[in-house]
Amino acid sequence: MKQPATKSKATPVGAVPVWQLRLYVAGHTPKSMTALANLRKICEEHLKDYELEVIDLLKQPQLAKGDQILAIPTLVRQLPTPIKKIIGDLSNTERVLVGLNLREARKKE
Amino acid sequence: MLTAKLRPATPQSDQLEKTPTGIRGLDEIANGGLPKGRTSLVCGNAGCGKTILAMEFVARGAVEFGEPGVFIAFEETPDELEKNFLSLGFDLKKLVAKKLLAVDYIYVERSEIEETGSYDLDGLFIRLGHAIDSVGAKRVVLDTLEVLFAGLSDQAILRAELRRLFRWLKEKGVTAIVTGERGQGMLTRYGLEEYVADCVILLDLRLQEQIATRRLRLVKYRGSKHGADEYPFLIDENGLSILPISSLSLNHQASTQRVSSGISRLDRMLDGKGFFRGSTVLVSGTAGAGKSSLAGAFALAACQRGERCLYFAFEESPLQIVRNMKSIGLNLEAMVKNGLLRFHAVRSSLHGLEMHLVTKHKAVDEFKPAIVVLDPISSLMAVGSPTEGKSMLTRLIDFLKSEGITAMFTDLICSGGGLNQTDNEKSSLIDTWISLRDLELNGELNRGLQIIKSRGMSHSNQIREFLLTNKGIDLLDVYLGPAGVLTGSARIAQAAQGKAEVLVQQQQQVRKQHEWRRRRSSLERQMAELRAQSEMEEEEERQIRAQEEALTKTLAGNRADLAQLRGTDQLVSRTPAKTKQNETTGH
Repeated sequence: MKQPATKSKATPVGAVPVWQLRLYVAGHTPKSMTALANLRKICEEHLKDYELEVIDLLKQPQLAKGDQILAIPTLVRQLPTPIKKIIGDLSNTERVLVGLNLREARKKE
Repeated sequence: MLTAKLRPATPQSDQLEKTPTGIRGLDEIANGGLPKGRTSLVCGNAGCGKTILAMEFVARGAVEFGEPGVFIAFEETPDELEKNFLSLGFDLKKLVAKKLLAVDYIYVERSEIEETGSYDLDGLFIRLGHAIDSVGAKRVVLDTLEVLFAGLSDQAILRAELRRLFRWLKEKGVTAIVTGERGQGMLTRYGLEEYVADCVILLDLRLQEQIATRRLRLVKYRGSKHGADEYPFLIDENGLSILPISSLSLNHQASTQRVSSGISRLDRMLDGKGFFRGSTVLVSGTAGAGKSSLAGAFALAACQRGERCLYFAFEESPLQIVRNMKSIGLNLEAMVKNGLLRFHAVRSSLHGLEMHLVTKHKAVDEFKPAIVVLDPISSLMAVGSPTEGKSMLTRLIDFLKSEGITAMFTDLICSGGGLNQTDNEKSSLIDTWISLRDLELNGELNRGLQIIKSRGMSHSNQIREFLLTNKGIDLLDVYLGPAGVLTGSARIAQAAQGKAEVLVQQQQQVRKQHEWRRRRSSLERQMAELRAQSEMEEEEERQIRAQEEALTKTLAGNRADLAQLRGTDQLVSRTPAKTKQNETTGH
């Protein structure tokens, strides 16, 4: 599972998506599953052009170093910059949106 | 079988297994090292050496004990870490390349993190686990975990995770050190000590009279005996050196071997053989009394015997000492060149007392001298309070004795003052006490030397005059005059006077002998005269007697003739007649 559960949506081939997200999990723990489910829901609802990568640290522990992962689950917003980290099972949608800087964006729309 | 195995269990098997840190002194205090397979907490204020202790633990473990280690840095960047390791003499890159060390740098920034529900620290566990597995680590350092408290806001989760972390480390069987910042009223700011039950080391940096001293204390060490005191320690290019100062025992070896003082007459004053090896000698004296010169002679003699001598100087630079000693004919330079003599010169005000003790310890450990000179101890004692000074001296003497090192301390005392309280206190610690005194007389200042005490040997109780000449040090008898001891020119005058007196006495004797001879001869003459006189008288008497006899004969003859002539028959009456005649002639 080199690229576990990578999803691209509404992005033409070759083009860089506006949202690049990475979710770090450690095995299929309830917390991780909840986080993934919550994240998918948020992505569908609030993001149009996004790419999501799920990394299982149990399988690729060396990847934890790169994004300075400490807590599990951690959602890392790679793009747009700056990098943001959102930890927890993403059950607090409000906070996730704030973390993704979507709260402001939505207000503007 | 089983009971037999359990009951007479030797203390060793009962005891906790230890992981030696390799840090000088720490293993001694901790009775072997840190608890193996458990986590120890090192706490202290900023800048007191927590990270260095932790770094040394993994680096020495990797290099000296062949135990790979993991260093997790929460505060420093890899670059800084590398530099810090290098400052201790360890090449981090090389260690990492050799798979002896794995380093991970964990960066937590609260502003970049949004918390959205429950989480755990599996990421940390995974990273740590990955690092441990990648090198097969036996030692782990987490420096410092408290950064997590600043980076994550959910304390409940954090504390639960920390508890899990410590348990997990124990399960992994690694010997770990976590560091923590000192908090108000507690050992660490976030109470890490409640998770670490086995061993807590507290580091402290204290300022006293502008002098900073680092101290280490084992606050807690479950299941092991350990030194409970505060121990001063030193951080230098070789890392930490902790001095277990309180190992004060009185079971030193007592050598019967003797060591020359370097001055033959002083040796003669000391039972003819000098000091005992391993004894402590105090040379006290007023300014300019020649203390350092005596110490120099002692050091030189040791080097000439081929022994190593370590000279701690607090007031003069090595070059100055060498030059000054040359002026009294002691060539220390050659000894410095051939490596037998080493100077260790620092101002006494450079460190606190404890630090001095640690540096001395270290220097002695490295150089392994047979002789140690401290010049002067009074300068050192002035650094702290008298109590501290004495305690430092006790520990130093104790240490030197346990190493079998003969030590000479010089001590500056106030001019004119007698022996004060501190002198008496020092006295109880030392074995041989030589007092150098200025003897002021007739407008001159001369040096006098006296042995106040010398344990275990008979020694001279006399004061000697102590002469510094360009050929070395000499001791001379002092003259006792009516006004006390005589030294210098007074001694010379006294000597001259003594010589004159002897001359006069000799002359007198000759005269007396002449007199006696004359008198005896006159007596003899008189006796001869008397004898001659008596002989003369005897002769005279003989002659008279002969004359008388002749006369008597003649008279008798005459009477007979007369009788014949008269024709008488009264021949018989001749003899009585002679008696009568005799009496008449006698008168």
